Amino acid sequence: MKVTLKVWRQKGPDQPGRFEAYDAEVPSTDMSFLELMDTVNEGLIAKGSDAIAFDHDCREGICGMCSQVIDGQPHGPDQGAATCQLHMRKFKDGDVVTVEPFRAKAFPVIKDLVVDRSALDRVVSCGGFISINTGAAVDGNAVPVPKVDAEAAMDAAACIGCGACVAACPNAAAMLFVGAKVSHLALLPQGGPERARRVLGMRQAMDAEGFGHCTNEAECEAVCPKEIKVSNIARLNREFIKALVCSKE
Amino acid sequence: MTMRLDAKIPDGPIHEKWDKARFDLKLINPANKRKFEVIVVGTGLAGGSAAAALAELGYNVKVFCIQDSPRRAHSIAAQGGINAAKNYPNDGDSVRRLFYDTIKGGDFRAREANVYRLAQVSNAIIDHCVAQGVPFARDYGGTLDNRSFGGAQVSRTFYARGQTGQQLLLGAYASLMRQVGQGRVKVFPRREMMELVIVDGAARGVVVRDLVTGKIESHAGHAVLLATGGYGNTFFLSTNANSCNVGAAWTAYKKGAAFANPCFTQIHPTCIPVSGEHQSKLTLMSESLRNDGRVWVPRKAGDKRSPDRIPEEDRDYYLERIYPSFGNLVPRDVASRAAKRMIDEGKGVGKTGLAVYLDFADSIQRQGEPVIKEKYGNLFDMYHHLTDENPYRVPMRIYPAVHYAMGGLWVDYNLMTTIPGLFCLGEANFSDHGGNRLGASALMQGLGDGYFIIPYTLGGYLGSQKLAKVDPGHPAFAPAEAGARSRVARLLSIKGKRTPASFHKELGKVMWDKCGMSRNAKGLGEALERIPQIREEFWKNVSVTGSGDLFNQTLERAHRVADYLEFAELLVRDALERKESCGGHFREESQTPDNEAKRDDANFCHVAAWEHAGEGKTPVRHVEPLKFENVHLAQRNYA
Ligand SMILES: Cc1cc2nc3c(=O)[nH]c(=O)nc-3n(C[C@H](O)[C@H](O)[C@H](O)COP(=O)(O)OP(=O)(O)OC[C@H]3O[C@@H](n4cnc5c(N)ncnc54)[C@H](O)[C@@H]3O)c2cc1C
Ligand code: FES
Repeated sequence: MKVTLKVWRQKGPDQPGRFEAYDAEVPSTDMSFLELMDTVNEGLIAKGSDAIAFDHDCREGICGMCSQVIDGQPHGPDQGAATCQLHMRKFKDGDVVTVEPFRAKAFPVIKDLVVDRSALDRVVSCGGFISINTGAAVDGNAVPVPKVDAEAAMDAAACIGCGACVAACPNAAAMLFVGAKVSHLALLPQGGPERARRVLGMRQAMDAEGFGHCTNEAECEAVCPKEIKVSNIARLNREFIKALVCSKE
Repeated sequence: MTMRLDAKIPDGPIHEKWDKARFDLKLINPANKRKFEVIVVGTGLAGGSAAAALAELGYNVKVFCIQDSPRRAHSIAAQGGINAAKNYPNDGDSVRRLFYDTIKGGDFRAREANVYRLAQVSNAIIDHCVAQGVPFARDYGGTLDNRSFGGAQVSRTFYARGQTGQQLLLGAYASLMRQVGQGRVKVFPRREMMELVIVDGAARGVVVRDLVTGKIESHAGHAVLLATGGYGNTFFLSTNANSCNVGAAWTAYKKGAAFANPCFTQIHPTCIPVSGEHQSKLTLMSESLRNDGRVWVPRKAGDKRSPDRIPEEDRDYYLERIYPSFGNLVPRDVASRAAKRMIDEGKGVGKTGLAVYLDFADSIQRQGEPVIKEKYGNLFDMYHHLTDENPYRVPMRIYPAVHYAMGGLWVDYNLMTTIPGLFCLGEANFSDHGGNRLGASALMQGLGDGYFIIPYTLGGYLGSQKLAKVDPGHPAFAPAEAGARSRVARLLSIKGKRTPASFHKELGKVMWDKCGMSRNAKGLGEALERIPQIREEFWKNVSVTGSGDLFNQTLERAHRVADYLEFAELLVRDALERKESCGGHFREESQTPDNEAKRDDANFCHVAAWEHAGEGKTPVRHVEPLKFENVHLAQRNYA
C-alpha cells in the first residue's frame, strides 16, 4: 500500500509555512502513523534533507506530546485515540493525507508540526492544584471518598493535556482542559477548600493566555483522545458562577 | 584508582537508622534556605517531587526537562500501581514484609538499609498523594482499594485504573506548578543537559541545550540533582518513551560519578509483541493484568490452532504449573524467562511464534466484563487500538521486552553520587531494586526519594559545606559550554550516509541478542567487539541534517545514540564480569538444574561500581560488599 502525505513545513515561528507532499510506501498496516512519519524522515535524512519535526514521546497515548491535525482532525480519524495510537490500517491504498500542526493563537508554531503549548502549564500554575505541603497529609483513609466520586474525578483527571480540545475549537478555547482539572479537584473532598480560588485563578489565566470563549460547539469532546465529556465545561461554569457570587476571595 | 565507596549507612538497628540519620543530618534554618539554588534535572516522579518538596521548604529551584512540559516525563506512562506497607487489607503486610519482599525480589543485590527506609516512607507517600487529589481506586465504603503485584503474597498496590503513573505525576506536577506560581521554582522545558560543571571538586552547575533555539546555556547552583530516568532505550526497542536516554548520567560518569550495576536491566514479561521491522517502541501491558489474566501456551509444540480451538486439556498454564504458590504473580524476571523457555521449545503463539497468551476468559466469566473494564479498561483499549484485536474476546498475546534499569549512578545512603553535591534520584540511581525490581516499586522509590528523602539529605549536605559563590561566569563553565558546542558541531559535520536511528537499531539488535534475557561469556565477548565497531562507523558515517541553532530532532537523536554507543559497552562489560545469575541478569553458565537463576554469593554478593578511567581506557570495577544482617540470604523460591 502507498499513501501520499501532505505535510505542513515551517522552518520557524516567524517563517511562512506551506504544504509539501511525500509519497510513502506502507510496508505493513500494523505500523502506526508516527512510524510511517519515521520512515519518511529516514528517507529525508538519508537524502541529506531536514526531517519533518513532530512532537511525540510515549507513543502509547498517555504523555500528550503528539499533536498533529490529520485530515483536518486533531489526532486524526480514530475516536478516543491520540495521534500516536493511529494505525495505518485506518487508511487505504492511494489515500492523500494532510498533516498539520495544532493551530491556535495560544499555541505558536515552533517548527513544522511542533507547537508551543506552555500556555497550558501557566494556566495550571494559577490554581490547578491542591495546596498541601509535603509531610502535612493525614492518613489516606482518614477522609472516605464515595466510589462514584472517585471514579468521576478519575474520568476528568484522565486528561493528557495535549491541547487537541483547543485545536479543535473554532474559538481556540481551553474550556475542556480547564473544566477537566476544575472538575477533578472539585469532585474530591480534598479539593474543597480552594474551590473558588482555583476556578477564578484558572479562568483568569486562561483568558490572559489568549484562549477563546466557549460557544458550545462541543468539537473538543469529539476529538479528545481520553473522551473527556463536555459536562466538565458545565461544571466549570457552575463552579465559576458560584465562585463569583459566593466567594469571599 | 582512588575512588572510595562509602555508603554512609547509619549505625544502629535497621529500623532506627533513618531516624538516626535524620537527627544527625545538619539543618538549615528556614530563612537561609532561600539563599540556596538547587538544580534539578528531570521532572518525572523523582525530579518533580523533589523540586516541589524542596521549593516548599524554601529553596530556589531550577528544573529542566526534555519534553515541552514537566507533566510529560516518562513516569506518566506507568500503569499498574504503587506499593506501600499500609496493610489496609489486613492481610499480613508490614514495613518489614515490604522490605523483605523487595530485597528478595531483587535477588539479594540491594542495600538493606536503603530498602528498609523505602518501606518506612512508603505509607507517607500514599497519604501525600491522596491529599494532592490523586484519584486512587476506592471501595464502596470510600476507602482505598488495593491489588496484588508480582513477588508478593499480600495486596499492597494502590492504583488509579491503569494510569497510576499519570495520576501520581500529575499530583507532583500540580505541586510543582503551585511553586512556580509562588516564584520558587523556575521550569526550563525543552532543555537537554549536556555537561555537568564541577568547581572545587563539587557539582555546581549544568550546561544544557535549548532544544528550540539550539542555544547552549549555563546554570549554576549549590547542588545538582539528577532525576533523569532509566537507560532501557540502549536496547532500541523498549517500553520506555522515545526521549528516555542515558546522557545526563553518562556525562556525570565521565566527570567521576561511579556507575553501578549497569547490567541489571529488567525485561518485563507482558508487553505487546513486535509486529515488524518498522516498530519504534514496545508497549507494556501492566503486570496488574496478571491479577486476573492467566498465562498459557499450547501443550504441544507447533500447535497452530486459534486459541478458542485449543481445549483446556491441550493448554499449559505453565506459571501455575511450575510455581504453584505464586502462580501468575511470580516476579518479572522469572516470568520472562519462563516465557522464553516455552517459546524456545516451539510453543510460541501468533504469527511470529514470539508470544504467549494472557487470557481473561475465566475472570470475565467469574467477575463479569464491567468489573474487568473498571479495573483495566484503558489497558484493554490500548491493546485493542494497537493490535486491532479485542482482548475481551480473544486472549492477549504478550512477549517480554526491555523495561526498566535497576542499575544507575552509584549513590550513598544520602542519595549522593561519588561527586560531592551531585545527587541522583529515581530510576537513574541504582539504589533499591538489586538485580530485579518488583512491580509497583519504581513509583514508590521515585516519590520516596523526592518527597521524603532528598529534602533531609540535601539539607544535611548544604548545611555542612562552605560553598563559594559560583555563577555561570565562573571559569569552569566556559570549557563545559565549549564541549557541548563541539559535540553538536562534530555531529553536524560528518554528513555521512546513515541515519542516527539506523545505528540505534543496529546497536539494539546486538544488545538484545547478546545481552538480553539470557547471556553467556561468548556472546558478551562478541558484543564487546561489535559495539566499538558500530561506534566507529557512527562517528564516520552518521548523517545529521538540519541545523544546530534550530529545533532539530535528528541532532537530538544522534546525540543520544552517541551516548548509548559508549554506555552499551559498559553494560556488556558489567554483564561479563558478573559471572553469576541473579535477578534479571541470567548467565547461562550459572543456572540450577531446573534452569532457574543461580546466584554466587561467595563471589558476587556486591554492588559493582564502575569508574571512568579516561577516553579509550578500560573502566575500573570497584565493589561495595553487601551485608545482610536482617534477612537470610536464600536461593529465591517461588514454587
Ligand atoms: C510503560 C511503563 C509502565 C510502568 N509502570 C509502572 C508501575 O505500574 N509501577 C511502578 O512502580 N513503576 C512502573 N514503571 C516504572 C516507572 O514508571 C519508572 O521507573 C519511573 O517513573 C521513573 O521515574 P523517574 O522520575 O526516575 O524518571 P522519568 O519519569 O523517566 O523522568 C526523567 C526526566 O528526566 C528528564 N531528562 C532525561 N534526560 C535528560 C537530560 N539529558 N536533560 C534534561 N532532562 C532530562 C526527562 O525529560 C524527564 O523529565 C513503568 C515504566 C514503564 C516504561
Ligand atoms: S506520544 Fe505520548 S500521547 Fe502520543
